Amino acid sequence: MSDTHAQTVSFVRDTMLPEAEPPVGNRGAILWMRENLFSGWLNILMTLVSLYVIWWALSHTMPWVFNGIWNAGSLSECREIRNATIGADASAACWAVLGDRWQQLMFGFYPRELYWRPILALVIFFVAIAPVLFSRVPRGMLAFTALSPFAMFWLLWGGSLWFPVSIALGFVLGWAAWRALAPIAGTLIAMIVAVALPLIYWFYTAGPLARELEQVIALSIEYVPSQDFGGFMLSFIIGIAGIILSLPLGILLALGRQSDLFIINKISVGFIEIIRGVPLIVWLFTASLLLNYFLPPGTNFDLMLRVIIMVTLFAAAYIAEVVRGGLASLPKGQYEAADALGLDYWKSMRLIILPQALKIAIPGIVNTFIGLFKDTTLVVFIGLLDPIGLSNAIRASAEWNGIYWELFVFIGLLFFICCFSMSRYSLYLEKKLQRGHH
Amino acid sequence: MTDTATNPADRAIDRSHMRVSDEVAIEISNMNKWYGSFHVLRDIDLTVYRGERIVICGPSGSGKSTLIRCINRLEEHQSGRIVVDGTELSSDLKNIDKIRSEVGMCFQHFNLFPHLTILENCTLAPIWVRKTPKKEAEEIAMHFLKKVKIPEQANKYPGQLSGGQQQRVAIARSLCMKPRIMLFDEPTSALDPEMIKEVLDTMIELAEEGMTMLCVTHEMGFARQVANRVIFMDQGQIVEQNEPEAFFKAPKSDRTKLFLSQILGH
Repeated sequence: MSDTHAQTVSFVRDTMLPEAEPPVGNRGAILWMRENLFSGWLNILMTLVSLYVIWWALSHTMPWVFNGIWNAGSLSECREIRNATIGADASAACWAVLGDRWQQLMFGFYPRELYWRPILALVIFFVAIAPVLFSRVPRGMLAFTALSPFAMFWLLWGGSLWFPVSIALGFVLGWAAWRALAPIAGTLIAMIVAVALPLIYWFYTAGPLARELEQVIALSIEYVPSQDFGGFMLSFIIGIAGIILSLPLGILLALGRQSDLFIINKISVGFIEIIRGVPLIVWLFTASLLLNYFLPPGTNFDLMLRVIIMVTLFAAAYIAEVVRGGLASLPKGQYEAADALGLDYWKSMRLIILPQALKIAIPGIVNTFIGLFKDTTLVVFIGLLDPIGLSNAIRASAEWNGIYWELFVFIGLLFFICCFSMSRYSLYLEKKLQRGHH
Repeated sequence: MTDTATNPADRAIDRSHMRVSDEVAIEISNMNKWYGSFHVLRDIDLTVYRGERIVICGPSGSGKSTLIRCINRLEEHQSGRIVVDGTELSSDLKNIDKIRSEVGMCFQHFNLFPHLTILENCTLAPIWVRKTPKKEAEEIAMHFLKKVKIPEQANKYPGQLSGGQQQRVAIARSLCMKPRIMLFDEPTSALDPEMIKEVLDTMIELAEEGMTMLCVTHEMGFARQVANRVIFMDQGQIVEQNEPEAFFKAPKSDRTKLFLSQILGH
């Protein structure tokens, strides 16, 4: 080692460097384009090819969309208008079908003079989910949320108000049983009673009780049978009910699958694997056909309710697996720390484990929800009139025979709006729940 | 390990409160534990008196962590007895929860709850286990956060704190339950050297107040200064135990001598 080198090895800093700003990059559209679109030969080529493909696709679809004819009574009238205005070989959509039949696409055969009821139910729904989705909404609103399913049920199907009220009483009953028994008899017994008591009540007492009350004070609005439900309203009801019911069930199944209790573990695993291993369409046929054989003769178990149950069970099996992924990804230390502080199983799950596991599972859960929502269109195969079913019905009429694209574009757009909102919300939630560095 | 890193406090330790009473805090007799067919703890007999500060050391895999984790039932023992504060550990869930709320524990990786603020981490167990009103629980939490010298971090999340700060929060979180016994499972081994001292200082302060402590650690400076008993374990057994002075100056068994020469010998 030379002397000069030895001198450079010894070094003492006499002043510490102050913190400095990072260099300011020169921003601007041209720089951005050069870096992102035209940074090299391959990149330039890709950019040009992509631009060409986009232009080609748009140049074929946009004239069809914007030449669209909005005022016509039938497909042939649409064609006549097109021939007269822009020529026979120009492409033009016939949007008039939407103007003519949008009520059907939205509401099916729901009585026209009662459209205000599903619309009001939708408004109630949006108000009710606000406090669930956004923490800034006052917490007191949750009481409204708890009551809203019964209000929506009554608005949609109508009939006696006493029916949803007596159903709601079952939940109160279960809650009361839980509060009374949990301190005396322990968690497990209290939970079994809190589930069993309402079930018995619903099967045997709720119906007669509602009829009795109706005779004392009549509070009825016009009844609309499930067969009249259809269109986007039907998809929405099945989808929303499935989403709301499948999340808690899926979480319970995931916890069951992690459980050390042999029976609960095996039941959960069996349930998840069997439900998940069979196509949804098979379950829907089971719901529409087979279930009748198992039910006592004479019971008329609403088809829509059966479909909601099947869709819920199906989605719950998927959610259980997504949540299990979240549970498994938590470090063991979180479980141990909760245990070491003396939290019991349910408290540690509710306060420590699930908040973290669900946060990790958000993308997967929303993914399942989106899938479930779109899968509601499968009910067309068991004779429910979802938007796809109605598009067939519309085509069956003489005026609109032969119209495909316009209806499918409309239906697709409605589904896209719903699914895209869910996806955006999940991104918002993920960002909101981010904590510190890890 | 250098002396500056291991020597926790430059000041003299106040031993006036560190009296050992003859009241038994933990009694372990004839305890055995297996992982599958692996005999991890063998015939452990240990009596801990109230106010004792016990340091447990030994090579990795010697069962020292498993031993203290058996005391609050994070691990289940298969034979023998463990009596904590007069309550015997059995599979009765009520007993386990009672013991866990009386025994505080700090982990190697802190195990703070990352989705809760520092304050919420500290108030969670008092509110949900002890049923303390929220306001009172927050006052208790702030008291202990002041004690570990980080009250200003109360509204941050664990991920925003350094390792040493997180471990001090973990200690405060345990103290909020007003435990009668504290267990430490290698509390400083995941920390940068510069942060070890701040955690050890907090532990020394705790010892000075007369807390019963069982501490698995390799901080021999801490053991010398604070412990009244050092236990050396190997292959799931207690090989040697003694007062720190005698333990370090004149270890009796060959295994202890070898271990000490390895961790102090450079």
